[in-house]
Amino acid sequence: MADGSIGLWTVPLAVLGGAIRVSTPFLFVSLGECITERSGRINLGLEGTLVMGAMSAYGISYLTGSPWLGVLAAGITGALLGALHAGICSLPRVNDVAVGIALMLFGTGLAFYLGKPLIEPTAPRLPAIDFGWWSDIPQVRAALRVNVLFLIGVALAPILYWAFRTTRWGLLIRTAGESSDAARAMGNSVLLIRLRATMVGGFLAGIGGSFLSLFYPGSWNEGLSSGQGITAVALVIFARWDPMLCLWASLAFGGAAALGPALQSVGVTSGYHLFNAAPYILTLAIMIITCSPKRTLTGAPAELSITR
Amino acid sequence: MTTEAADSAEAVGAIAPAADPGFLQRHGGTIEYVLIPGAALAGALLVFGIFVAMFGKNPLDLYFYMYQGAFGTWFSWQNTLTRAAPLILTALCTALPAQLGMVIIGGEGALLIGALSATSAALAFQGVPPLVVQIAMVIAGVIGGGSWVMLSGALRQYRGVNETISSLLLVYIALAILNHLVEGVMRDPASLNKPSTREIGAANMIGTIPGTDVHWGLVFGLIAAIAAYILIYHTVFGFAARVAGGNIRAAKIVGLGVSKLILTICFLAGGAAGLAGMVEVAAVQGRTNANLAAGYGFTGILVAFLARQNPLAIIPVAILLGGISASGGLLQRRLGLPDASVLVLQGIIFLFVLASDALYGRIGFLKGKS
Repeated sequence: MADGSIGLWTVPLAVLGGAIRVSTPFLFVSLGECITERSGRINLGLEGTLVMGAMSAYGISYLTGSPWLGVLAAGITGALLGALHAGICSLPRVNDVAVGIALMLFGTGLAFYLGKPLIEPTAPRLPAIDFGWWSDIPQVRAALRVNVLFLIGVALAPILYWAFRTTRWGLLIRTAGESSDAARAMGNSVLLIRLRATMVGGFLAGIGGSFLSLFYPGSWNEGLSSGQGITAVALVIFARWDPMLCLWASLAFGGAAALGPALQSVGVTSGYHLFNAAPYILTLAIMIITCSPKRTLTGAPAELSITR
Repeated sequence: MTTEAADSAEAVGAIAPAADPGFLQRHGGTIEYVLIPGAALAGALLVFGIFVAMFGKNPLDLYFYMYQGAFGTWFSWQNTLTRAAPLILTALCTALPAQLGMVIIGGEGALLIGALSATSAALAFQGVPPLVVQIAMVIAGVIGGGSWVMLSGALRQYRGVNETISSLLLVYIALAILNHLVEGVMRDPASLNKPSTREIGAANMIGTIPGTDVHWGLVFGLIAAIAAYILIYHTVFGFAARVAGGNIRAAKIVGLGVSKLILTICFLAGGAAGLAGMVEVAAVQGRTNANLAAGYGFTGILVAFLARQNPLAIIPVAILLGGISASGGLLQRRLGLPDASVLVLQGIIFLFVLASDALYGRIGFLKGKS
């Protein structure tokens, strides 16, 4: 201990650090998707939104020198993609799952196209707050370097939980998700509610993407996101459309995703790829355990096509 | 009354023989299925032209080089057909479950597992006649890919897990397994920069169709698509599948074994994509490595939707999309467009095709009535 070597403790520490660091994109995408799905529509395209967000955040941060402008740009890009999804879905007889798949391919393709010149340059990153100042152990300090976006995400979960229950907007979104007829009878446009819900969902997912390129891993390349977006969409399902459960699930996922790099850092290199796939295996396993063929999931918005 | 109707129809025919309402009534649907996707494609090309024009490229050059790269010369035709072969097979992976109302988007995963299984079979069967090895590869590829997608089908049927999400998660898991094996137990020590399995051997490659550079995988694809068409539209099994896809309750009431239908269809779907993986190994790569994750599985989803999940329509659509990806190289060299421009165009086409779903049955002159 005296020489600063902490041996195998590196692994749980890195998993803890990962739970904080890696979970942020999961958290933002799942909270965004939670809003969208509560309004009765599923947007599978958030994988594309995540990558587009990462690319635009990096580009704007590089061009303006301000990473926060990058975060904003990522959010706006995400909202625009959300508007595109909602716009196409509001046409008659268009399947929202299929539009999501299309947007997933479109978003990643567009991000690779526009992001080609951004692979080389280095953009200013988001700052981190050092919560580990009290410790001498570098691994502890590394694990507790927390980004502001993470704190915003953590704060957002209870706010959303509260908003769904008590605010007018929360009620409107839930009504549109539970019964579009009821929402219509109340004199509201279901399409408009869903448009807004999808745009807000895209905005949050875009911000989740900005975290990838501006903080961790903190660069732009084409392999930046491989399935984090879709994992987060699946996460909403077993979080039962509850923002607080989304938060806990995201933390668990961040930890799982950090397992591969953590084991590699202590010299366990065999099975590296399998450990990297841990979040996907975990998602699938949890879905197998929690889903049931006999009933729709408790808490599922009744209008949601994917749970019928 | 019948004669009266016939008379008036005849009278209309006599006055305006070109506008035969009966013709439109009979074929209006078919025309729709060609016209609307065609219009969607044209719209997508137009938007893509505007998109590249924003980057200072001439859209007319773009269309010219796209045509040149896809269908302009015999060389580009061969390139196009070579790329169309796996696309036909991966498109079937989405189109077959679609008959049951399932949205499977995990063709890429089945392709990778099919490639791994086929390679393992070839490496296990060294020293036997090539034909035996090739047959073993086909069987292994189909079983590997088929089981992979059947897993999604089984999870849907027995556990109620959404098949769209599970099949996509399985893509990432398949890629992890492939990388794990290729960098681990199956690694050829001689492959330094690009971890790969050992080669299956030149003698075991399936080779090209005589007189062309197009490999036999294209024939595999054509046979699979035609067989799928016959299965879906001309057998009792296919009829049962379409009944179950239309109304799962009715299917259960008339006593169809829905579980069996789902598992069989998913196995066949994954088998097609697994065959695509086998073809890529046995005709192009000669071994398994991460190069196989080239996105054929994802483009196959687009092909299936553009073909409206019809196995026969998949063939021309796969050739078209194969052409678009074949032209990517020329667009890079001549216009300096990034390689991802093909992905952007595919995404735009996909969005247009889905939006065009709203048009069916709404085009006045195709209804055959004034």
